[in-house]
Order: sequence, then C-alpha cells, then structure tokens
Amino acid sequence: MIVIAALVVVSAALVWRRDGIQGVTEILTHDLSLFGGILPRVLAGCLLGAFIAEVLPHEKVSRSLGPKSGLKGLLIGAAFGAILPGGPFTAYPVASALLAVGADFGATIAMVVSWTLIGYGRAIAWELPIMGTDFTLWRIVISLPLPVLAGALGRFVYVRIYPKGAPE
Amino acid sequence: MSAALIIDIILWASVAAVGFIAFRRGGAVLTTSLREGTMDFINIVPRIALGVIGSGYIAAVIPQEIITGWLGPDSGWLGVLTATIAGAATPGGPVIGFSIGAVAMKAGGGPPQVIAYVIAWALFAFQRLLLWEIPFMPARFVWFRAAVSLPFPFLAAAIAMAIGKP
Repeated sequence: MIVIAALVVVSAALVWRRDGIQGVTEILTHDLSLFGGILPRVLAGCLLGAFIAEVLPHEKVSRSLGPKSGLKGLLIGAAFGAILPGGPFTAYPVASALLAVGADFGATIAMVVSWTLIGYGRAIAWELPIMGTDFTLWRIVISLPLPVLAGALGRFVYVRIYPKGAPE
Repeated sequence: MSAALIIDIILWASVAAVGFIAFRRGGAVLTTSLREGTMDFINIVPRIALGVIGSGYIAAVIPQEIITGWLGPDSGWLGVLTATIAGAATPGGPVIGFSIGAVAMKAGGGPPQVIAYVIAWALFAFQRLLLWEIPFMPARFVWFRAAVSLPFPFLAAAIAMAIGKP
C-alpha cells in the first residue's frame, strides 16, 4: 500500500510538471467519477462473496471443486468464472469465498482465469468497442481451453510443491 | 453504456438471489453475511480509492510508444515475449490495456503478438495483481496463480499463429 501510494504521488508530481495543475485535476476528476461509478459494484461484490460463503454447503463445494474433483471440478470452476457478473470487485471476493469453503487452488485458478479471459463483462463493456468484434471473438475462441489448462497445471504444480497439503 | 447497465442488473439480481437463499436459511444467517459483506466493503474501499484514483497518474507517465513499438508482425517469438512482458507491465484499467492493444494493431502490430499482449495483461498485469487481487485474496494464491498463468500468453499466440486468425 505504501509503495503504491508513493508511486502515485511521484507520478502525480511528474504529470504536474509536464501538464501543469490542469493535467492533474483532469485525471483526478475522471478517476473520481470512475471510482464513484464502481463503488456500488464493489458493495455488490462483497455482499455476493459473503452470501456465497455463508450459503454454499461446504461438503458439496469441496466434493465438486476440491482437490479430488478431477476434470469435472475444473470445468465447473471455468463455467462459473465465465458466467459470473461484475468486475474484479466481484470475482475476487467470490473466488476467495470458494477457497474458504473448500475449493482447491486448481478449480479456483480455473475460475479466476476463465473470468478474466472468457467472462463476458469486460469483453462487452470494453474489448468489443475498443478492439472490434473480429479480434474480440477470435481472442475468446483462442482463450477457451486456457482456464481448464491453467487449473490443471495449477493442480499439477501444487501437489508437487505442497505434497502434504496446504501449509497454514 | 447499456451493456454496463445489463451487467449491473445481473449483478444485483445475483446478490438478491443468494441473499434470498440466505434469508430462507434464517434471519441470523442473513444478518451475519450482511455484516461480513459490509465489513469487507469498508476494508476494501480505501485500497480501491488509491488504486483507481492513482492508476490514472501512473498510466499518464508511462510512454505508450515504448509499449506499442515492439510488437510488429515480423517480431516473431521475441515479439510475443516482449508483448507478454509489456502486458504484465501495463498499468491502469481495461480502457488503457485494450487501447494500447488497439493502437498496437493499428500501428502494424502482429495479431499473435497483440493476442499475447491482451492475454498477458488480462492474466497478470502487475498493477492489478497488487491493487485488486491481493487485497481480496490470500497472497499465496495470487502469486501461485500468476506463476501458473505464465505459459498461457505464449500458448495463445501459438494457437493464433497456427489458425492464422484473427
């Protein structure tokens, strides 16, 4: 946090030297409105994560998304990530909740990777208008196998680094 | 911005749906999770404020030509490697990442390199790991996930080269 805050202050000073006070306030007002816009979604994400952690039956999650859930668990994780609405403020609290209730690293990786690469939220809101339809669709097609592969690789590596289970 | 509205509606409908399930389990379950969700929210807001308001400045001082100049179609695997590193180093939100990708395409960047760039940026943009993922998730998971994701921009570029699209 402190490193980032320092980085921000230095960058703001550089912007000020280059563009004057107007450049600084321009970025500030733009980012403040962005911040105001996402706050409700952050709240929704936190509530969604908390509800899911409370409501999902732990045994069931660890059976269908746990270390022994196999390919099916990775597919469920990937599908869940692809349909999850919202931005990082939704995906990360929900992923964190899944870890807490018994999903393993592999399935959670499949979920997070699927959310970043296949999730429709960012693709519709940003990628489609900026990059164009052709690029976006092919990029998503190429990305389709990646979440399950990433989850499988995650499991493969995990059991070799932590053969006796997670250190806490 | 109607797409954003639809996403908001889906998001809050999901919150309402799981909230209703929690309510059916009993009032105590509902209030506990409401309290926990609200506490998470209060803890996270200062970090997000720093991230969102700060990232504009960080992005403003990074010269974009440096990122876009290295990704031409003849750059081959070196270009893919450069794209992957550039994607990881790109600060800021989705507008910045995709805009640089679009500029790279327009400036003559090769599609596999731009694919690698966008995917690397989506998977492990350093600033997002620090500002978004670490605050919400166990740090050990975040680093592990980023490390496991490393081969995938290269794999995506290889697929793009093989099928000759986009």
